Amino acid sequence: MKLFRPLLVGLGAIALGLSAHAAGGAKHAHAPEGGWDFAKVPAGQLDKDSVQRGFQVYKEVCASCHGMKLLSYRNLGEKGGPFYSDEYPNANDNPMVKAIAAEFEILDPNPDENGDPVYRPAIPADTFREPYPNAQAAMAANGGAMPPDLSVITKARGHGNEGDGASYVYSLLTGYKDDKIKTKPGDDGLNVNYIEFNDGDKVGTLVQPTGLYYNPYFAGDTTPQWDGDPRHAPYGGFLAMAPQLPDGRVEYIDGTEATTSQMAKDVAQFLQWAGDPKQGQRKSLALPTMIYLVLLAILLWFSYKRIWRDVAH
Amino acid sequence: MSGHESTYKPETGFTKWLDSRLPIIRLAHDSFVDFPTPKNLNYWYTFGGILAVCLAIQIITGVVLAMHYTADINQAFGSVERIMRDVPYGWLIRNIHMVGASMFFLAVYVHMFRGLYYGSYKAPREVLWLLGCVIYLLMMATAFLGYMLPWGQMSLHGANVIINLFGAIPLVGESIQSWLMGGPSVGNQTLQRFFSLHYLLPFMIAGVVILHIWALHVPGNNNPTGIEVQETEKDTVPFHPYYTVKDGFAIVVFLIIFAAFVFYAPNVLGHADNYIEANPLVTPAHIVPEWYLLPFYAILRAITFNIGPMDAKLLGVIAMFGSIAVLFLLPWLDTSKVKSMRYRPVAKQFFMLFVVVCLLLGWCGASNPDNAIVSMGEDKLVVNYTDAAGLEGTRVFEEYTPAAQFRDAQRDGGGVAAIAIQKAPAFTFKTLSQILTAYYFAFFLIILPVLGLRERPKGEPDSIHQSVLGQDAPAAAPAE
Repeated sequence: MKLFRPLLVGLGAIALGLSAHAAGGAKHAHAPEGGWDFAKVPAGQLDKDSVQRGFQVYKEVCASCHGMKLLSYRNLGEKGGPFYSDEYPNANDNPMVKAIAAEFEILDPNPDENGDPVYRPAIPADTFREPYPNAQAAMAANGGAMPPDLSVITKARGHGNEGDGASYVYSLLTGYKDDKIKTKPGDDGLNVNYIEFNDGDKVGTLVQPTGLYYNPYFAGDTTPQWDGDPRHAPYGGFLAMAPQLPDGRVEYIDGTEATTSQMAKDVAQFLQWAGDPKQGQRKSLALPTMIYLVLLAILLWFSYKRIWRDVAH
Repeated sequence: MSGHESTYKPETGFTKWLDSRLPIIRLAHDSFVDFPTPKNLNYWYTFGGILAVCLAIQIITGVVLAMHYTADINQAFGSVERIMRDVPYGWLIRNIHMVGASMFFLAVYVHMFRGLYYGSYKAPREVLWLLGCVIYLLMMATAFLGYMLPWGQMSLHGANVIINLFGAIPLVGESIQSWLMGGPSVGNQTLQRFFSLHYLLPFMIAGVVILHIWALHVPGNNNPTGIEVQETEKDTVPFHPYYTVKDGFAIVVFLIIFAAFVFYAPNVLGHADNYIEANPLVTPAHIVPEWYLLPFYAILRAITFNIGPMDAKLLGVIAMFGSIAVLFLLPWLDTSKVKSMRYRPVAKQFFMLFVVVCLLLGWCGASNPDNAIVSMGEDKLVVNYTDAAGLEGTRVFEEYTPAAQFRDAQRDGGGVAAIAIQKAPAFTFKTLSQILTAYYFAFFLIILPVLGLRERPKGEPDSIHQSVLGQDAPAAAPAE
């Protein structure tokens, strides 16, 4: 087996190479304390309760700006989804899913028999309602910034390791420095928001541009807004999304205390599910497959030893 | 081997009837059952079989994916996600296909380095090697075309970068470019032709693989000693069951690594940006190809200087294509009579260095060329100022406080001043990739040709069975 060692070293080198192109200047995202259960080898699964709570956070907070166009309401009730129930293997029959869908009024993709547009409550087969009719409307409502679609956001951040994307979402949502923001009158009479840093080499003030919010986990460049040593500008950048999850922002149906960290963790877990709804199936198939392959390899090894026993090679 | 007499005996009436009309069972028997194979092949020789499995996996999963994929710029991204969400086991098929591309390249690189080390490209196997190079070229084209299909940010902008390279070719460059794109820019028509070609090329690969195996079976396998088979009885074993079981074991070990990626880290070999739907108006901060093309990307970017009438871009393209073209010339560049580097103590060291150079080129390809690997000294601060009298000047500071005081003093005096960073001189990825590129070409164009004439080989055995039995060999057949 020593022959395969160089191979593994090669793989390591590849992984190293890939991790080398980290986004410039953003602080490295981290998982909540204790890590993500779903990222655990060999068969970590999503926490269904947390995904349910995360959906509530998405629905009540995120959904007003962020769409999830790759998801349908039925996905919520499919196997591995937050509202799956053994009683309703067909998610379209699931009363919870039906009730959730019915909360949203959507434009029917098909007009009525006179050709007029029809607005009706959604059914499980419909895709999630988009918050804006088009990209221009979304940008106009958000100071020119386009709120990204969240369908696969957890796969679109990080380095492809299991949990990278959820850690990014969690870190970003909990990473705002809103408790450190101070205000002073600016030259033009308008108030200026700023943050003072006094951390080793990082000494100075970071001025927050109007309508943008500082976050150390957001990829960007803080140098133009930094009056300290430019060699030690703070990590991160400025984004158009204000801090969204102050303590108690939602009232959880299951009674869990809605702290910032709890809500961020739940919504990250919901988005983790949404980015790859079949990950539970993937994880439960993983271990049997590995065991099968390892047993097969052992059998083949002994067959090989037996067949070659009389041949010097 | 071609000289080997067929041992196939049809037994039933049907097989006798078939054998005199289309001896296809005989062909299979002579090629994969009673094919005399050197008995000393090690595990590095199992990668041929592993690659056949990889090709089969890619074609089977690919055909299924094509049933559900939509080649349309408005639907492609969503259709790939639909495959993973709504097609039964679509997530598994797609993950296997995506990870499979990486595993295919991993295996082909091991296979090529093995050929390089044991001199498998030398007479009488030059055509075998050339066909292998053709397969590799087709693989790169297929992988590049396939990477476009999910229509993510890296798909679009990666394709743009590669297609633009062709624009650097004099006279015909622009025509090739618009022929590839099917229009003035990368758009729907590009995606459709890429999909069509991505479906076509694997079958061309399969065709060349048949030729590759044919060209292997005429001279027979090379082996770690590089010495040709002399006595079939003593030097070889039949392919089945000896190598079917050994290859089978290696294939399953390879599949364990494959499955580990598919189930535990399907996205780790790709780039996260490819899960952002393609947007021509937003360019990703760092455009990088998939890992298996990174060394060539590093060679492309290493050329940053003009030579005579040729600009850096054209030279970079020439270097990149040249780095593959040189593989086709290898059988005639290596002048050594000894095949296996086992018995070439000097060449062996240059080879090891070559492997390291290729891995490091991959590292350079993944990194920003201007980033420092090693910085010499600290970054400094430069204050650029224009004083009240309109005089411009700069002053360099090590520490921030005096620099800030100087800037403020200038400002207070009615001037304009700003602090910028002056990067310390550094050994950058650009410099490293230039050195590595130089070694890459030197290895083929200088080291192998010169070394073959000057090196003194050492310890070559007389035959395969002698090398297998080693010191303890009974002196039954002394070398004459």
